[in-house]
Amino acid sequence: MVESLFSDADALFLARFQFAFTVAFHIIFPAFTIGIASYLAVLEGLYLKTRNPVYQKLFRYWLKIFAVAFGMGVVSGIVMSYQFGTNWSVFSDKAGPVIGPLMGYEVLTAFFLEAGFLGVMLFGMNRVGERLHFFATLMVAVGTAISAFWILSVNSWMQTPAGFAMNEAGQYIVTDWMEAIFNPSFPYRLAHMLLAAYLTTAFVVGGVGAWHLLRNSKNAVARKMFSMAMWMALLVAPLQVFVGDLHGLNTQEHQPAKVAAMEGHFTSETQAPLYLFGMPNMETGEVDYAIKVPGLASIILKHDVNAEVTGLDAFPRDEWPPVPVVFWAFRIMVGLGVFMVIIGIWAGIQRARGKIYQSAWLHRASVLMGPSGFVAVIAGWIVTEVGRQPWVIQGLLRTSEAASPIAAEGVGTSLLAFIVVYFFVFGAGTFYILRKMAANPEQVHIPDYAKAQPVGLAAERLMHEED
Amino acid sequence: MDYALIWALLISVGVFTYVALDGFDLGVAMLFPWFKNEQERDIMMNTVAPVWDGNETWLVLGGGGLLAVFPLAYSVLMPALYMPVIAMLLGLIFRGVAFEFRFKTKRGKAIWDWSFIIGSFVAAMSQGIMLGAMLQGIKVADRAYAGGWFDWLTWFTVFCGFAVVIGYMLLGATWLVMKTEGSIQQRSYPIAYRAAIGLFACIVFVSLFLPWQNEYIAERWFNLPGSIGLWVLPLLLVVLTIGLLNALNQKREGSPYLWSLGLFLIAYAGFTVSIFPYLVPREITIWEAAAPENSLIFLLVGAVVLLPIIFAYTGYTYWVFRGKVRADSGYHD
Ligand code: HDD
Ligand code: HEM
Ligand code: HEM
Repeated sequence: MVESLFSDADALFLARFQFAFTVAFHIIFPAFTIGIASYLAVLEGLYLKTRNPVYQKLFRYWLKIFAVAFGMGVVSGIVMSYQFGTNWSVFSDKAGPVIGPLMGYEVLTAFFLEAGFLGVMLFGMNRVGERLHFFATLMVAVGTAISAFWILSVNSWMQTPAGFAMNEAGQYIVTDWMEAIFNPSFPYRLAHMLLAAYLTTAFVVGGVGAWHLLRNSKNAVARKMFSMAMWMALLVAPLQVFVGDLHGLNTQEHQPAKVAAMEGHFTSETQAPLYLFGMPNMETGEVDYAIKVPGLASIILKHDVNAEVTGLDAFPRDEWPPVPVVFWAFRIMVGLGVFMVIIGIWAGIQRARGKIYQSAWLHRASVLMGPSGFVAVIAGWIVTEVGRQPWVIQGLLRTSEAASPIAAEGVGTSLLAFIVVYFFVFGAGTFYILRKMAANPEQVHIPDYAKAQPVGLAAERLMHEED
Repeated sequence: MDYALIWALLISVGVFTYVALDGFDLGVAMLFPWFKNEQERDIMMNTVAPVWDGNETWLVLGGGGLLAVFPLAYSVLMPALYMPVIAMLLGLIFRGVAFEFRFKTKRGKAIWDWSFIIGSFVAAMSQGIMLGAMLQGIKVADRAYAGGWFDWLTWFTVFCGFAVVIGYMLLGATWLVMKTEGSIQQRSYPIAYRAAIGLFACIVFVSLFLPWQNEYIAERWFNLPGSIGLWVLPLLLVVLTIGLLNALNQKREGSPYLWSLGLFLIAYAGFTVSIFPYLVPREITIWEAAAPENSLIFLLVGAVVLLPIIFAYTGYTYWVFRGKVRADSGYHD
């Protein structure tokens, strides 16, 4: 190792910051592409079935936005898969035999599928015919879901490891693949994340639809997307709250320190209060300026007012996660979840009254909630990941022992480069996406595929033709 | 069965597939400076737009595969090659987004053209530097990288970087010969010709320099008569180069790309022969680096079943987009 101006602690901090920064950027794109890919498959299917041109317009409209987001998802994802080695080499050496094959399966079953059919989906309409094109869209959608399956299995194994032993070299080896893949927190995390992706997409689509309805409430394409999105909000948001609650109960069982941090419980007690707001203070072990509901946490977590809820005092001080971060991120996520439910119900009522396309306040609120899914997703991941600290693999390997032997200067340089590049590149991408969203969906251009046939091979620019 | 060896073979097939496929699309980007006309650039980009993502997935398989089956090698190589790996990733970001962004703006088009060109150049250069750094040797102590964070930067690694850049340009130019016609195709011939000679020179230089610098490589190649079989490689190199130049002279359209691939295959075989059975030369062999056997087997089952399927639908995609790419003149309404 070279001499360094900085300590190992600095290098560790920078590596953590870099991972958190790049993965938080990455998850923004999957959260949207998983949902929108399925939405596109639904739209194309509906169009083939009903031949209603509104669906075709919607499909073309969102396909272009999807293409931009997907591109950014791919390039930010490749960064992630290499960072395990560049910045967490000890972790890679030890956990590679477990998580490596799972991610290998992700590449083999998901990434190739997505990438292989993406080309046909974006550029192949005039070459393969409607049915094969629909098949390609389906394959891309399925690919994104399979990808979520494997990567969440990996992440869940790090939260609740199962089905493994250790070898002489200090590596974890799998004794039972089924147990390792379907580890205790995996089903909950997969369900919660997939729903999160669908909700994120629903609120983006709803926000865009609402924005255009505010301009012209007769816009048929905007009406359709707003209506579809509000059905999703009505049905899926409550489901997400329910699944989130189950997820939390499961976490309570396997990572009680995390739940204590989420709830701001420093001391184990019966009739534990639910803190709505407050400032967890790790020095004093109290929640300052608390607004609380006595006994409610015992009811939520144990379904019994008099049950004891485990607090952080049950754990050694050096195994506490950073409480305020977890506490606040959790409140942001849950708060947004509640708002999503409210929007869904509000829209349901307006629909019943036949006013869903005329209710300007509902539309304004929906525009405001457009990006809410992204915020909730990032907040949720912060709860999950920061709540796991100081462990990178719960109870087995500390984050501080997992990093690569890279000097702080090296990590600092790469971190700086990532920050500059991400804000520039993904900022530009976001700008292009917003500009696409501002375009009136009524006027989306439908290429005339039949006319393209004689030109035959010459229509590669289909995707791009009106830009 | 020797699962580690099987995996070493599979991973080298994966890495070669990556080079063969992403090589041409990185190369096409690096040829942009020779083609200034906007419509030409549109066509060039459209020859690779439907397939680049799939091509790059082989790189993910390479990285992910290494982590899965040779975790020790992965956790030594990645920190050792920290800077070039990060540079490659950043380069891939710039070029990857260009495919979409370029068509989303009129005023900003030049920015994304340069993002495409420079991003691809940085990615190719970094890959060459990594190759060179592996060949020149990596310090290991106690299951971890033990060198400094600028060890990867020497004149030799930079030379290898340029060699890969030239090689990818060759693949890009011969790809354009195959996929385009008219002025793009005509101008790609001389570029391919010069790149072929350049690549040949680079390979010859590296092949002479390495044995001269490294005793173990010299031993492998000059341990006559035992190593006489290996001398078929330099022989093939000459034959393939002549074949390639010949095909270019005769203005063949499809075969130059294949001849170029042959050239890459020989260089790749030479590299493999020189370092086998090491993954980190002189430090870690494939058997030492291998994950526990059950991890190797678990993933192998999937690979054996899935790789043929992947090759099938990847081939299908290429088939869907077969033929020449033209400007869709008159197609705009
Ligand atoms: C819940 C879903 C999810 C999560 C938690 C992650 N990803 Fe991701 N990732 C996807 C869902 C996804 C996706 C939907 O499959 C993407 C997004 C857009 C895309 O192109 O595919 C993708 C793309 C993507 C790619 C590019 C694939 C290609 O070449 O086509 C890589 C290498 C990774 N991811 C790797 C990672 C790693 C190492 C992660 C963890 C640290 C990670 N992803 C978190
Ligand atoms: C799904 C696969 C994932 C894996 C395998 C994974 C793995 C890791 C690893 C190895 C660390 C380093 C330890 C540390 O810095 O503390 C980490 C930290 C972190 N990850 Fe994840 N992660 C995954 C997904 C995500 C996602 C999708 C997010 C979304 C935002 C995320 C957010 C974070 C954050 C915020 C940290 C920093 C925690 C801290 O520094 O206290 N992770 N994760
Ligand atoms: C309002 C009800 C909600 C509850 C009770 C809830 C509960 C939870 C809990 C307990 C966790 C941490 C699990 C762990 O680390 O072990 C979590 C994580 C997460 N939440 Fe929520 N959540 C809710 C709403 C939402 C919403 C609306 C979204 C996004 C649209 C969301 C997205 C996420 C994500 C992406 C994670 C990280 C991945 C995971 O661990 O599943 N949550 N949630």
